[in-house]
Amino acid sequence: MKYVDEFRDRALAEKLSAAIHAEADPARDYNFMEFCGGHTHAIFRYGVQDLVPANVHFIHGPGCPVCILPIRRLDDAIELAEMPGAILCSYGDMLRVPGSKRRSLMSAKADGADVRMVYSTLDALAIARANPDRQVVFLGIGFETTTPPSALAIRQAADEGLENFSVFCNHVLTPAAIRHILDAPEIDPEQAVRLDGFLGPSHVSTVIGSKPYEFLAEKYAKPVVIAGFEPLDVMQSVLMLIRQVNDGRVAVENQYTRVVTREGNAKAQELVDDVFELRPTFEWRGLGWMADSALAIRDKYARFDAEKRFPISEKTAREVKSCECPAILRGVKKPKDCKLFGKVCTPENPMGSCMVSSEGACAAYWTYRRAETLAEMALEAAE
Amino acid sequence: MCLAIPALVTDLSDDGMAVVSLGGVTKTISVALLDEVSAGDYVLVHVGYALHKVSEEEAQRTLALMAEGGLLDSELAEIGEAAS
Repeated sequence: MKYVDEFRDRALAEKLSAAIHAEADPARDYNFMEFCGGHTHAIFRYGVQDLVPANVHFIHGPGCPVCILPIRRLDDAIELAEMPGAILCSYGDMLRVPGSKRRSLMSAKADGADVRMVYSTLDALAIARANPDRQVVFLGIGFETTTPPSALAIRQAADEGLENFSVFCNHVLTPAAIRHILDAPEIDPEQAVRLDGFLGPSHVSTVIGSKPYEFLAEKYAKPVVIAGFEPLDVMQSVLMLIRQVNDGRVAVENQYTRVVTREGNAKAQELVDDVFELRPTFEWRGLGWMADSALAIRDKYARFDAEKRFPISEKTAREVKSCECPAILRGVKKPKDCKLFGKVCTPENPMGSCMVSSEGACAAYWTYRRAETLAEMALEAAE
Repeated sequence: MCLAIPALVTDLSDDGMAVVSLGGVTKTISVALLDEVSAGDYVLVHVGYALHKVSEEEAQRTLALMAEGGLLDSELAEIGEAAS
């Protein structure tokens, strides 16, 4: 209970911890996947793992947009940044991620490319307005929460006639990835991860609602609890999942009712639908090519689509050998299973995306569980 | 990038933009994704856009938790560091 003091409401945290201990059946294991990197981060930062019994396991899912962007698309972004006269705008998280030959947007910037970190698509639009003789490309990444801001930026550029602005669209969809993980055992038994339920992404659901996760309960018989990001939210959600499992119930429950509704934000959904359409297939790092798992810009906004506007060469991407990010993103392996972890791969010198992004599983283990993980690795190596 | 911060709307303009107070920092954001927003409302802000309205009680609770966990400072630093 060493982290309890960090909770604002210590009494509630202790009560939740006690309830989880009392209700979790010691005769079984509970494997819950938190899809979202924000949850992974909260679990480690607040030591939630120490507040639940040892038979409640958190399986870290692929829900970090930085981590799942395949190297090939990052190489494309670097190529766009290096076009003469171009300005590439990106959220800060992407800048240090190594692409092929360990080259990143940051190293492209050091070599002279004009790469700018932005907080918002609004900043990218302002840069385009201020530089009418330059081509400004926004690197659009993220799940359903960052997609409406990209859609609005494209609509805004169209309304203003801002012809030097475009988006390199890499927006992806959470339900498709969860479906893929649950289908994986049928495709390849080695990829099977035993899962008893999901902590559903909360901010994604402020946009799409809880409804898109109902297939998990209906088709795959997996309980889902849409969970907020604060540690007490995560703990309450774990308790709700344990209760469903114990009762043999399968439902989509919403712990985050104070923000999330079943229907989500209809205005944002309509906007996304106006600007984007489903891509037939898209590659995710770790998960491979998945049908209907990402968005592309509709033809009516083609002039704001960097992929249609600029020639991007076909490249063969090169992953760092031995980097286990792909298996870690599928929940099949943990950071301790990667021989690079903590030795050649650290946040200062990351080999893979899971170590770069603070929401990545490897970065979370490095920051909060380094000593234990390295000790476990040494023990396993000795065996 | 994944987190959203509750912020108080202090001023609204006609073009879908609003001025919000974010942990003491004043920032112009877009409220175009919401139907009805008024000065005095709390909204959940993600990458410069308000995604949802939240109650004042919820906003204060979240801000206090984020501050204690050190998350608020890193999120505000991200906003401050970015090009504008």
